[in-house]
Amino acid sequence: MRFFRSRLSPPILLLMPAFVIIALVVAVPLLFSLYTSFTGYRLVQPASLWQWVGLRNYQRLLTDVDFWWAFGRTVLFLTVALNLELVLGLGIALLIDKLTAGQRVIRTIMMFPMMFSPILVGFQFKYIFNDNVGLVNNAIQSLGWENVTIPWLVNPITANLAILMAEVWMSTPIFAILLLAGLMAMPRDPIEAAKVDGCNPWQVFRHITLPYLMPFVYIAMAIRSLDVARAYDMVKIMTNGGPAGRTELLWTLIARTGYQDARMGMANAMSYASILLSVYFTVYFFRKLAAARRTMGGVE
Amino acid sequence: MERSWQRWLIRFGVFIVMAIICVPGLWIVMTAFRDNVEVMARPPVWIPERWTLDNFRAILGLSENQQGIPVVRYFLNSVVISVTSTVLAVLIGMMGGYAFARYRFKGKNVAFLWLMLSRTVPGISLSLPVFMIWSRVGLIDTDFGVILVYLALNIPFTIWLIDGFFRQIPLSLSEAAQVDGCTRWQAFWKIEFPLAKSGIASAGIFAFLTSWNEFALASQLTRTTASKTLPVGLMDFTAQFTVDWTGMCAMAVIIIVPALILTFIVQKHLIAGLTFGGVKG
Repeated sequence: MRFFRSRLSPPILLLMPAFVIIALVVAVPLLFSLYTSFTGYRLVQPASLWQWVGLRNYQRLLTDVDFWWAFGRTVLFLTVALNLELVLGLGIALLIDKLTAGQRVIRTIMMFPMMFSPILVGFQFKYIFNDNVGLVNNAIQSLGWENVTIPWLVNPITANLAILMAEVWMSTPIFAILLLAGLMAMPRDPIEAAKVDGCNPWQVFRHITLPYLMPFVYIAMAIRSLDVARAYDMVKIMTNGGPAGRTELLWTLIARTGYQDARMGMANAMSYASILLSVYFTVYFFRKLAAARRTMGGVE
Repeated sequence: MERSWQRWLIRFGVFIVMAIICVPGLWIVMTAFRDNVEVMARPPVWIPERWTLDNFRAILGLSENQQGIPVVRYFLNSVVISVTSTVLAVLIGMMGGYAFARYRFKGKNVAFLWLMLSRTVPGISLSLPVFMIWSRVGLIDTDFGVILVYLALNIPFTIWLIDGFFRQIPLSLSEAAQVDGCTRWQAFWKIEFPLAKSGIASAGIFAFLTSWNEFALASQLTRTTASKTLPVGLMDFTAQFTVDWTGMCAMAVIIIVPALILTFIVQKHLIAGLTFGGVKG
């Protein structure tokens, strides 16, 4: 092929389309939004795009209580959700690994939530937690408390729990499936040897199974970290940040500031906070994954 | 005795987990085929007493008394956008994956890192500048504008997965073919492509699911029936004061069924794609 003989080296040519598209859709727009974050741009006043305000947007963010609440809530939400998903996913994987039959069917069922659109998961839980027609309140009333109507999505605490539950419902199966794949690929000899040497089940798990599973944990985390912001879809449809901003995450606040209030400059400044947050999560897990791969490579 | 007691405990635990995974979905599906009266009924009706297709007729605009939401139009938009962006993402992903798996070049690790970082940008943060630029160049509310964005979303993950699969294929195979007189191009199509097919298929499924299910960007970049996709269309129901639960559930079923069918066809490749593409680097 002439293609391989041209002056540019083959890998550059092969990667060209990928980088051109990413430059067009991600890199250039992000540079533009970086510029915009230094202006007082409002959607309704096109001329304000050229109104340079320096660091004013960022200065305001530093003292903006709503922003810091949303930021803190987002970090807390991600930390709790990711840890919960990992622990539950590990538990489910260990449980299914012990099963003697039907593993394949169950693995297939577990893929179910992966196919759901986040907006659908949000809708699903919005419906289930609805105070009038929801499944949860129906069940409570059928169990005998006929006058109890819990306003799940109206009370700030239960609303946050409902969103957390939607997030965990959606992502735990990915952890479970990946960790189960790890458990199934695991050699049995070291476990047998440890048992012969008198290790109890906890010691076997702690010192043999868990270290072996770590690369799988980091893969799951790395894949997951690429898409942490999809909680936006769920919150958007479930509570839209309410009641009174108590379920507002960074991402819903950005959408509200940018599109509803039309304060694009400010929204872009917030965007950069959210991008840094995502980059931090991704870099952290990809480095862990790379380290785990190296240790695995050393063993093999 | 203790053994069988433990076994039942495990089965019970698995049953609970499966119930938690299945019940919400089943509840939606049942509501989609329910009479609206049943949804409001006190005491609640668990299993629909009369299964009906009225909700689907209503949202498809087939019944006279209710205004339909242009679901067919949304569906077609979704299909066009998802399929096009998936096919292109897989092609570009194959090129990129091959480059990362088979060549050494300067800045390889940096290039890979930037590729992954481009994927981490939250959809809503990316939507702000893309919205501003697209509306200037006339790409707002066009299929092409959305396809371009989804392509950029899908390429990094596709490259990552396909790279992992190409790396598993021993280099000696294609070298042997080249010694026997194949060009590198022929060797790729005759040796490496068939061997990596399952990985490429799983990359395709992930790309399709991402495009089919995406909401944050699509909700800002689309405006009318010209390009609105199904997930964005779902919000049509909540704009009113009362939520049309049965209609939304019917729409939810319409969104989930294609994804479900597609995933079950290739489910074996999916797990292989996720684990091997990732671990054995």
